[in-house]
Amino acid sequence: MIPAPFAYARPTTVDEALQAIADGGEDVKILAGGQSLIPVMRLRLAAPETVVDLDRVDELRGVREDGDALVIGAMTTHADVLHDPLIGQYAPLIAQATETVADRQVRRRGTFGGALAHADPAGDLPSVALALDAEFVIAGPNGRRTVPAADFFVDYLTTALEEGELLVEIRVPKLAGQWGMRYEKFNRVAQAWSIVAVAAAVRREDGHIAEARIGLTNMGPTPLRARATEAALAGAEASAEAIAAAARSAAEGTSPSSDLNGQADYREHLAQVLTRRAVSAAAGL
Amino acid sequence: MTVTEEPQAASGTDTAPQKEIGQARRRKEDARLITGRTTWTDNMVLPGMLHMAVLRSPVAHGRITALDVTAAKEAPNVVAVYTGRDLAEEQGSIPCAWPVTPDMVNPGHPSIAVDQVNHVGEAVAIVIGRSRSAAADALELIDVDYEPLPVVLDMEEAIAEGAPLVHDSTESNRSYHFVFDAGEAGTGSDTEQAFADAEVVVSRRFVQQRLIPAFMEPRSVVVQPQGDNYTMWSATQIPHILRVMAAMVTGIPEHKLRVVAPDVGGGFGGKLQVNPEEILALLVARRLGKPIKWTETRSESLMTAHHGRDQIQYVDVAADREGNVKGLRVRLLADMGAYLRLITPGVPALGAFMFPGIYKFGAYRFECDGIFTNKVPTDAYRGAGRPEATFAVERIMDELAVELGMDPLELRRKNWINADEFPFTTVAGLAYDSGDYETATQEALRLLGYDELREEQRRRRESNDPVQLGIGFSTFTEMCGLAPSRVLGSLSFGAGGWEHASIRMLPTGKVEVVTGSTPHGQGHETAWSQLVADSLGVPFEDVEVLHGDTAIASRGLDTYGSRSLVVGGSAVVKAADKVIAKARKIAAHLLEASEDDLEFSGGKFSVRGTPGASLGIQEIALAIFAAHDYPEGIEPSIDAEATFDPENFSFPHGTHICAMEVDTETGFVKIRKYACVDDVGTIVNPLIVEGQVHGGLAQGIAQALYEEAVYDADGNLTTGTFVDYLLPSAADLPHFDTGNTVHEAPGNPIGAKGVGEAGCIASTPAVVNAALDAVRHLGVADIRMPLTPERVWRAVHAGGDGGDRAPDRTNAQAVDSAQAPAAGSQGGVQ
Repeated sequence: MIPAPFAYARPTTVDEALQAIADGGEDVKILAGGQSLIPVMRLRLAAPETVVDLDRVDELRGVREDGDALVIGAMTTHADVLHDPLIGQYAPLIAQATETVADRQVRRRGTFGGALAHADPAGDLPSVALALDAEFVIAGPNGRRTVPAADFFVDYLTTALEEGELLVEIRVPKLAGQWGMRYEKFNRVAQAWSIVAVAAAVRREDGHIAEARIGLTNMGPTPLRARATEAALAGAEASAEAIAAAARSAAEGTSPSSDLNGQADYREHLAQVLTRRAVSAAAGL
Repeated sequence: MTVTEEPQAASGTDTAPQKEIGQARRRKEDARLITGRTTWTDNMVLPGMLHMAVLRSPVAHGRITALDVTAAKEAPNVVAVYTGRDLAEEQGSIPCAWPVTPDMVNPGHPSIAVDQVNHVGEAVAIVIGRSRSAAADALELIDVDYEPLPVVLDMEEAIAEGAPLVHDSTESNRSYHFVFDAGEAGTGSDTEQAFADAEVVVSRRFVQQRLIPAFMEPRSVVVQPQGDNYTMWSATQIPHILRVMAAMVTGIPEHKLRVVAPDVGGGFGGKLQVNPEEILALLVARRLGKPIKWTETRSESLMTAHHGRDQIQYVDVAADREGNVKGLRVRLLADMGAYLRLITPGVPALGAFMFPGIYKFGAYRFECDGIFTNKVPTDAYRGAGRPEATFAVERIMDELAVELGMDPLELRRKNWINADEFPFTTVAGLAYDSGDYETATQEALRLLGYDELREEQRRRRESNDPVQLGIGFSTFTEMCGLAPSRVLGSLSFGAGGWEHASIRMLPTGKVEVVTGSTPHGQGHETAWSQLVADSLGVPFEDVEVLHGDTAIASRGLDTYGSRSLVVGGSAVVKAADKVIAKARKIAAHLLEASEDDLEFSGGKFSVRGTPGASLGIQEIALAIFAAHDYPEGIEPSIDAEATFDPENFSFPHGTHICAMEVDTETGFVKIRKYACVDDVGTIVNPLIVEGQVHGGLAQGIAQALYEEAVYDADGNLTTGTFVDYLLPSAADLPHFDTGNTVHEAPGNPIGAKGVGEAGCIASTPAVVNAALDAVRHLGVADIRMPLTPERVWRAVHAGGDGGDRAPDRTNAQAVDSAQAPAAGSQGGVQ
C-alpha cells in the first residue's frame, strides 16, 4: 500500500538528528529499521508529517563495554546483536530472544533500539530489557538523561521518550556470578509475535536459587516482571517442585489482552507454564 | 506397477532409457520466475498509462445515502473519479457460470456498488490518477454516508425464519438447494432405509472454516485500448475464460478483446475468477481511451479476493456392528458470501460426488444449501469441494471406528474398494479408474515407521507424559482432470472441459508448443517439453512452450482442477501424433518409400529393410518450410493442433499418515512425522510431482492448524493482514516422507491422473485425526479447525471442540446426536 505524503530527513549525527526532529513539525516519526513504522505508514494507520531516518547515524551502531555495563547502540541491528561476542558473553538472554524475532530479513533491518522504543508488549526485547534492569539513555534538546527500564515502558506503545527526544543507547548491567538464562517464546508460527513469552535469568548458589529475574512478554500493555514468582524463588531450592510452585504465581498482577491467539485466561495459564519452563532451563534443570 | 520410495520413472521406459518422461528435469521457467527477470503484470508500463485506486466499503451491509467525490476530482494528478451510478448502465454483472439448480437465485453482482453495499471491501468509487499514489491519496477525499442495515454473518441464522436479508430482491438468503440422492439416481439403495436398518449410526457436525487463497503475486490488471481493440494483461489463471466473460459483460466484441496472462505468481483457485476490478479497468479504459493499471495491495487482496471453503457439514454414517458401512448422509450449509462469482455455487456441488471417498457405501444422499451472507464471496480454492468432502468422510470414519472400538485402518480396509475391483462405479455414480489402496497404505506405514510410533504412543499414555502422541490416517481419492465436457454439461456448468494444443515446427527444427492450459507456477513449460521431446524425438532444449495469450493460444480452458497435464498435456500428445502423421507423408515422398514401410523412432523416419535411409523430423521441418519438393494433394505444413476432451475424470489416490505431538499443558501441536504415498498415475517429472505434493501438504496442514478468515460481529475481516491470517513457512513444517505407486489412468494417452491438489485434499483430515488420536483418551471428541493451541488446550481441559461449541464433558466420548438436525437423522447409537 502507499503511505500518505511526508517530509523526509536523513541526518548523519545525533545532533543533526535532534535538529531534524525539532524542525520536523507537529508529528515527527523516527525511522530506525522500519520494521514497525513502515507497515503502519503503508496501511495509513500512521501519517507523520516528517520522517527522520537514522540509517546513516553511524555513532548509534555497535556494542561496547563500559565498566560494569554493556552499551548497545540504538541502531544496532538484530542480526548484529545476535552475533556480537560481548552479548554472547554477558547477556545471552538478549541473543536468545533476538533469535526469535520475526525472520531473517526482519532481523537484518530491524534494530535493538527501534524495537524497544516502539514498545510493543508482544515484542520480544522489552521484557528482556526489563528482566535485565537495562537503562535507557535518551538524548534531547537539553542534553542526555538515563531512564531505568522499569520507568521506560509507560503504556501500550508508549515510553518515557518525550517529544523531541531520541533513544541513543541501552546500558545492560553485566551480571556477576553464575547466571543461567532462558527466553521461552510461545507462538503459532515461527515468524509470528509472541502469544506469551518469558525471559528468565537465574543465579544459582549452593543448590539454591539466589536470585531470579523474570520478564513477561505480552501479559499487559507493557512488559512486566513476575515479581511474586521472583520473590518465591529467592533463596528457594533449585528443584522442579519449588520452581513449579513459584511459577504458579507468574500471572499475578498481569492484565493480558484477549485476541485471536488467546483469551486472557489462556495467556495467564501460559505465563505459568512458560515461567516454570524458562526458570527450570535457566536454573539448569 | 511399481512402488518406490523416491519418485522414479513411470512404467514403460524399458525400451528407451533416454526418455524424457520420468526424468526429474529442473524447471526451465524457474530461473526467470525466481529472479524476477520476467514481466509480471504489475511490471507493465505503457505510454500514458493511468492508475486506478478503489474506495472500498467499511461497512458490511448498508445503503449509500450520500457520496461526494468533488474534492477527489479536484485533487492533484487526478484524471477522473467514478461511482457506481456513473457506471451502472454499462457494468453488467460479474458472471456466474455454474447455476447448479434451475431455480438457483442469483441477485447479480455489480463490479461497483450502486445503491447498496453487501460486504466490507466492496468497491464504492474509483479514482483514476496519473500515479498510483495520486490515486490512493485522492481516495481519502471522498465522503460516503451509509445507512447501516442488519449484518448477516452466521449461515444457520441466515436461513432461520425472519432473518434479515442480504439482498432485498430475494425471498430468503438461500440461493439454492442442491440434492444428489443415489437411490433416485439409480446408483445406490434407499438412504432412509439404510439408516433405518442400521445397527450403528454416528452423526457429526464438522466446520470447514473460511480460508483465503493467499497467492504470492497480488492480482493486477492492465488494459490498453487501441482504436476499438483492447488488450488486457491480467494476473489470472484463466485468460481464455476471462476473455469470453469480459466480452459478454461489457459488450466489447470478443474478437476485439485480447487477454494476456503473462507469468503469474500463483493462484490456488484464487485467480480462477472474473474480478470486478478487471471489468472496471476495461470500462474506464474504454471511457478514457488511455491505458489503465490496477494492482491490489495485500490488504485489498485478503479483504476482497474471493475466499474458499466455509461450510458446515452434518454427516451421518450408518454401519453394522462388524464395521461394514451401509449408508452416508450429508447435509451441507455452504457460505456463498454476498454474491455469486464465477463458480461460487458449484464448489460444494463439485464435492458432492466425493463424500463417499474410497468406501463401498450402499446408500448415499447429499443435500446442500447455498447461503448468502455479508462476507466476501467464496469460490474455488485448491481442491474446491473435494477437500471438504474428503475431510468429512475421513473424519467420520475415525469417529465410527471409535464408536465400534475398531482400529481406524482396519475399518477403512474393511470398506474400501479392493485393487481387483477397478474400474469401480461408486454410490455417487463416478467410475474410479485404477488404483491399489492396500499397497499405498503398506508403503506409507513403512515410511512412517508406524509400529514404533504406536509403541511410543502407548508409552507416553502410560507415563501420563504432558506431550501425547497421536497417529491419523487419510486414505483419500479425488476426481481430477476436469473434465469431460458432457459431464460438465449434465451438471449445468457453463463451459466444457476439453483442452487444446498446437505444435509449430519451425524451419530450423525447433518446436513451438502452444497450450491452452495457462500455467501460473505449475511448470507447464518443462513438463510439456518433456512430453514433446519424447513424442517427436527432439531434444528437450529444442522445445518452447507458449501460453497465456489469447492471440497466440487461440483456444483453451486454462488451469484448475488438476487438469493441465491430464487434459492439456494429452492435447499436446495428440497434436504431436498429428505432426508425425503429416511428416510421415513428406518423409515417404522424400525417401521414395511407401508410408507403410516407414518406422518413426527417436525423431527419425527410417525405411524398414533399407539401412541408412532415414530422415529426421527436424529436417522435414526445413524441407516443408522450403516446400520445394512435397507430395501432390497435401498442404506444405507439418504443423498440427488437437483438442482433447476426456471421457472420464481421473482418480488419484493415496494414503497419508500423520504422527502428531500434542503438548497438553499448552495445547501446542507439532507434527512429528508425515508420510504419504500418492498414486497420481504416470509421473512425467518426479521433481514437479514432489513439489506439488509438498506445497499441497503445506496448504492442507495450514487449514488444519493455522489458517482461518475471521469476521467480527460487524462483518469486518479481523484477519486482514498476514500478522493475523497465519500462513506457515518452511520453518513450521516437518520433513515429508513421500512415495508413489503408479497405476496409469486409462482415460488419457499419458496415463497421468493429476497432482496439483492431492496433498491439499489429503492432508487436512490426517492431521486432525492425528491430533484427536493423541488426546481422545482425555475425553476430547473433536477440535475445531484450525487447531490453535488455545482450542486444543480448552478441548483438553474444558471439553467441547475448543471453538464455538459448549463444553460437554459427560458426553465427550458419546455419539454426538444433539448437533445433527439433518432431516430424518437418527443420531446416536441404535
